[in-house]
Amino acid sequence: MSEPGQFSYAPALESAAIVSIRERYGLFIGGDFVEPNSDTFFATINPATEEKLSDIAGASAADVDRAVIAARVAYEKIWSPMPATERGKYLYRIARILQERAREFAVLETLDNGKPIRESRDTDMPLVAAHFFYHAGWTDKLNYAGVGAFPQPHGVVGQIIPWNFPMLMLAWKVAPALAAGNTVVLKPAETTSLTALLFAEVCQQAGLPAGVVNILTGDGSTGAALVNHPGIDKIAFTGSTEVGKLIATSIAGSSKSATLELGGKAANIVFDDAAIDEAVEGIVNGIFFNQGHVCCAGSRLLVQENIHDELLHKLKNRISLIRLGNPLDKNTDIGAINSAAQLAKINELAAAGDAEGGERWSAPCDIPDSGFWFAPTIFTGVSQTHRIAREEIFGPVLSVLTFRTPQEAIEKANNTPYGLSAGIWSEKGSKILWTASKLRAGVIWANTFNKFDPASPFGGYKESGWGREGGRHGLAAYLKASK
Amino acid sequence: MMERIDVLKTYKLFIGGAFPRSESGRVYAISDPHGEHLANPSLASRKDLRDAVVAARSAFIGWSGATAYNRGQILYRMAEMVEGRSGQFVTEIVALEGVTPEVARQQVQESIDLLVWYAGWSDKISVVNGSTNPVSGPFYNFSIPEAIGVVVIFAEIENSLLNLVGAIAAVIVSGNTTVVIASEKYPLPAITFAECMATSDLPAGVVNVLTGKSSELAPWAASHMDVDAMDCSGLSSELLKQAQIEGVGNLKRIHTFSEIKSPERIVNFMEIKTVWHPIGI
Repeated sequence: MSEPGQFSYAPALESAAIVSIRERYGLFIGGDFVEPNSDTFFATINPATEEKLSDIAGASAADVDRAVIAARVAYEKIWSPMPATERGKYLYRIARILQERAREFAVLETLDNGKPIRESRDTDMPLVAAHFFYHAGWTDKLNYAGVGAFPQPHGVVGQIIPWNFPMLMLAWKVAPALAAGNTVVLKPAETTSLTALLFAEVCQQAGLPAGVVNILTGDGSTGAALVNHPGIDKIAFTGSTEVGKLIATSIAGSSKSATLELGGKAANIVFDDAAIDEAVEGIVNGIFFNQGHVCCAGSRLLVQENIHDELLHKLKNRISLIRLGNPLDKNTDIGAINSAAQLAKINELAAAGDAEGGERWSAPCDIPDSGFWFAPTIFTGVSQTHRIAREEIFGPVLSVLTFRTPQEAIEKANNTPYGLSAGIWSEKGSKILWTASKLRAGVIWANTFNKFDPASPFGGYKESGWGREGGRHGLAAYLKASK
Repeated sequence: MMERIDVLKTYKLFIGGAFPRSESGRVYAISDPHGEHLANPSLASRKDLRDAVVAARSAFIGWSGATAYNRGQILYRMAEMVEGRSGQFVTEIVALEGVTPEVARQQVQESIDLLVWYAGWSDKISVVNGSTNPVSGPFYNFSIPEAIGVVVIFAEIENSLLNLVGAIAAVIVSGNTTVVIASEKYPLPAITFAECMATSDLPAGVVNVLTGKSSELAPWAASHMDVDAMDCSGLSSELLKQAQIEGVGNLKRIHTFSEIKSPERIVNFMEIKTVWHPIGI
């Protein structure tokens, strides 16, 4: 086993000078930043240092009302009547500006979220621009979106996004909604509002008509006011299954439709005929990408019993080389946990893993003095009833289970109320396709993991949500058939 | 000479390929529009519903794993069986719904043609609603629609055969299995249709038919954790709202439809599965 630390890297810090963060931010309503009606502000911090970055407005129900009205006026007077090709050109403009300002967004995302600059720069931001570029091309081709001829937008869409991929989730929501002709009121997550507020500037630079995009910062009460507002025609939410169920209950009996992208507990199945070294890379990427703050993370490793020891040995060696630390360092693999609350949740579930008899192993890495951190961790000897095999941890914690036969792998993989994603590692094509056909999950990665693309539909079976995002199927969720 | 006494049919439930009475022993009286008694169909209970869900779940792997060609042929066979029993359906619909034989015959013929129309979708819906996706990288990426699981159908009250047949065909053609609650007011053609299904090579449990009260069965169906989706086209807005609230427990997909002949009815009871695999040597 190689000695971690023997081979050290010089620091390679990305400069934070590229971003300018205001002392405080208002709400983006009707094309301008305005003061919140409530006069409420809360701090947003850098989770890697716990230093305050800015003060963010907390939108009240009255602010939600203002934003929905602005979105309604923009929908009826400007956006919906606009020729589709022109609408598309605005989206192309936004895509281009996002490409131009990509580094600024990446640094700001890393400061506010805690994710490594390598990921915000190389994964999040390229995908964000790609989402706008992809959907820009759809605006004048909606007749081919599979919803029949002359499909109609819903109207004003309320969108609520999580803190794990703040800008990427914004792009997943805003780009298809606008492409379909809707206007939006978007609420970013409480701990990660800064890139959404910078996106408001992009809308201004693009000359996007006032009110087409409105951004309301705030906590769960802002989200609830948005969901319950009678002027909202459709809800799009990404977040926990718990909150998703609250939203589904709130809109029961109303004419509002909803797209819900919720939790997951993905099985990552490694058969004994897999290319082991590639599988090890895929397992690491599957659970430690973005600190494990990923709804589709491969958090349950199902390994065929006869290769368990060999695989775990290689996996631990590999994980020992993971570099945890300053997210702005270009060599960092694992950044900060997004918040104290999330760290507490991870600690609580990991403690449950200990208490229920799982065997914990954590990578030997130095934990910085300030900020929120959790070392990459594996639990072996996990059984299906353990909480760490059933509940979404949303952190860098991998639960390892074993199986003997492919049929047993399927039964264990599907033994969850979730159904978002799954992974398969095998060198045998027919076995991969057999397994993929049996798994009850919306996204299957075979001999790869955590790949995303605007052209590829994403979303879950069962309690992982309703509908898809991305591709033609995701676009269709923002359209309704012509009456 | 004495007039011959007709042999009347006992209308029972259809669960797991068999025709049991309600375990509760309950029935309710159905009359024609003039108040003349027609039959005592079963008043299905919560236990009957749960038994039917078990039967539907047991049939799911086999039915969803059958080839699309096979499923299409079985739906077509169902059309053949209804055609052969046209006269019986016309008589039942005339007696129940109080329409003329001509109107009833038209409903039966439309039902047969609708079965044939849905049968043809079995091996085409994946083409129309699936895709290969041009992702930015060396990956082969495709999306396919798959059957969602067990779907409970509350069939619409009027045009009792046509709406029942269309709702069932749309749900099962893709590989789902179903528990269908027949029109509460006009339940008899549903049981006669079950007799057609029982002789169509349709595997036991793929379609289960209950007669009874929607208001009683809907909340139980909605809160059942092994039901994946519901077609609530036949429910009142109050019962629909209640079903939506109860259905949150496992985030059921709950839909209503206005068109009986629409690929939307198929697509809404399917899940999109997207598979990625690297391309390389």
